[in-house]
Amino acid sequence: MARRTLLPIGPFHPLQEEPEHFQLYVDGETIVDMDVRISYNHRGIEKLSESKTFDQVPFLVERVCGICSASHPMAYICAVEDIAGVQAPLRSEYLRTIVLELERIHSHLLWAGLAGHFIGYNTVFMWAWKYREPVMDILEYLTGSRVEYANAKIGGSRRDMDDELAGRVRKDLDEIEKGTYLLTKAVLDDPVLAARLKGACTISYEQAVNFGMTGPSVRASGVPIDVRHDDPYCVYDQVDWEVITTPNGDVFDKVVVRLLETFESIKIVRQCLDQMPEGEIDAKVQEVPPGEAVGHVEAPRGETFHYVRSDGGNGPARHKIRAPSYVNVPSFKASSIGQPVADVTIAMAALDPCYSCTERMVVAVDADSGKPRYGWNDLVRLSQEKTRRLMKKVYPTH
Amino acid sequence: MKATEVVDAVVRKLGDSVLAVKRPEGLPRRAYVDVKAEDIVAVSRTMFADFHGRLATVSGVDVRDGAEILYHWCIERHTLDPPAEGEPPCVVVTVRALAPYPDLVIDSIVCVTEAANWIEREIHDLLGVSFTDHPDMRRLILADDWPEGVYPLRRDFDVAAFRRKEYGDE
Repeated sequence: MARRTLLPIGPFHPLQEEPEHFQLYVDGETIVDMDVRISYNHRGIEKLSESKTFDQVPFLVERVCGICSASHPMAYICAVEDIAGVQAPLRSEYLRTIVLELERIHSHLLWAGLAGHFIGYNTVFMWAWKYREPVMDILEYLTGSRVEYANAKIGGSRRDMDDELAGRVRKDLDEIEKGTYLLTKAVLDDPVLAARLKGACTISYEQAVNFGMTGPSVRASGVPIDVRHDDPYCVYDQVDWEVITTPNGDVFDKVVVRLLETFESIKIVRQCLDQMPEGEIDAKVQEVPPGEAVGHVEAPRGETFHYVRSDGGNGPARHKIRAPSYVNVPSFKASSIGQPVADVTIAMAALDPCYSCTERMVVAVDADSGKPRYGWNDLVRLSQEKTRRLMKKVYPTH
Repeated sequence: MKATEVVDAVVRKLGDSVLAVKRPEGLPRRAYVDVKAEDIVAVSRTMFADFHGRLATVSGVDVRDGAEILYHWCIERHTLDPPAEGEPPCVVVTVRALAPYPDLVIDSIVCVTEAANWIEREIHDLLGVSFTDHPDMRRLILADDWPEGVYPLRRDFDVAAFRRKEYGDE
């Protein structure tokens, strides 16, 4: 008779090295059901936001996530500018777009590297992170910081860029593009990766829509939604780029979407540098009247959604933040059930989950779990062994 | 279909359930529709199935009479009547219903879309709203040892007093 076993992964997630608890019910090697527990590290940002002034909040929300630290403030700023009826100067909109797209490039490359490591392709990890580093450098010399750029403010931007810097960005982008092209070609042409990832942990169009998923994860299932295209903010309606979608919804397609999006982002940054007009970068907002507004922005992982209500005071009366992983993580249920344990690692990684996305309040961590668990090493080993078995099949003489 | 026409169609289709409509000036792709709380499941079904809305999230706001529940629907996949070339397709329609004090009860819409599952649990934790017929109303956000009946996002929640009581802060 088949026996169901509970396989706990967490509360401190061994792969993502962040607090999240997956309970997998397995029958042999196959997952038959699962439960996710989150919020071991909820930081109370929504509550905290109510005690800040309007122009302090961007500094707070860029700390929701170190990687999406341009997207969160941007969504909030869109909402507040709507309440105040302010339009930021065109030049500052271009500056904002450049930082938002650089953020996407570095996030996608970071993800590609980690995903490579999870399945035992450490060369992919080294390459991806090597080509990501110049992006971080660009962000540093444009905004003054590798993370938490603080470049956008209500009504404009903080830091302008001169022609010399723009030239430097162009030169660095050429290098990044070359490297990313090499990486993309190597990944897409690799027979082992195709065997390992094609058909793995598929999410169908209907499931993706039902879970309300967003970002590259949903576009890989053929759902053509992207806030940059559907509800343009900044200058996305003034540059030429494409929404990347793929039809299959498996892990391989999620890789394809992210890698191809990187090139679209490079394209957008180049056009912004060419088209950016001279002029002011700050509209100097004086006050925010009572009102409410929603702002949403396409962060690297998907749509980040902010709702802001003002009662005419100095700060938000209510500020709701919904980060992309909050709607993407529950879809593990759709992608993991019926799959072998060795594929769970990559199914989880394929969504590019971010736990700071999912958590926003401080609670005590359960220290009372002395039982042996599947740790980081075990999970990575399982996943890497599966790749090795496939390698032997594809290259039997190796 | 133009953005303003999408909002018109939504209001027309929701019919008698609608109490008020607010359309912010200069923002054609935003609308706020107040509906009767008892119709929320039917309204949500219309938004999800007829207009292909994506439930971006739900916000709960503590107001004087109860908890305002705001369902943010992004309508961006127009299968029958797509917008003209070059016109951005997304319209964010926020459907607002009131769960009145003292009970703060409203029907769950998880039966319409799975996207509502976690966020209804979150609002239950943080604001104390009960969602009738939710399939799994366990705690999501608050810790297991968080006291019952204390809701941190309510207006009357006093952080300093709470810390004094629970953690012995000076």
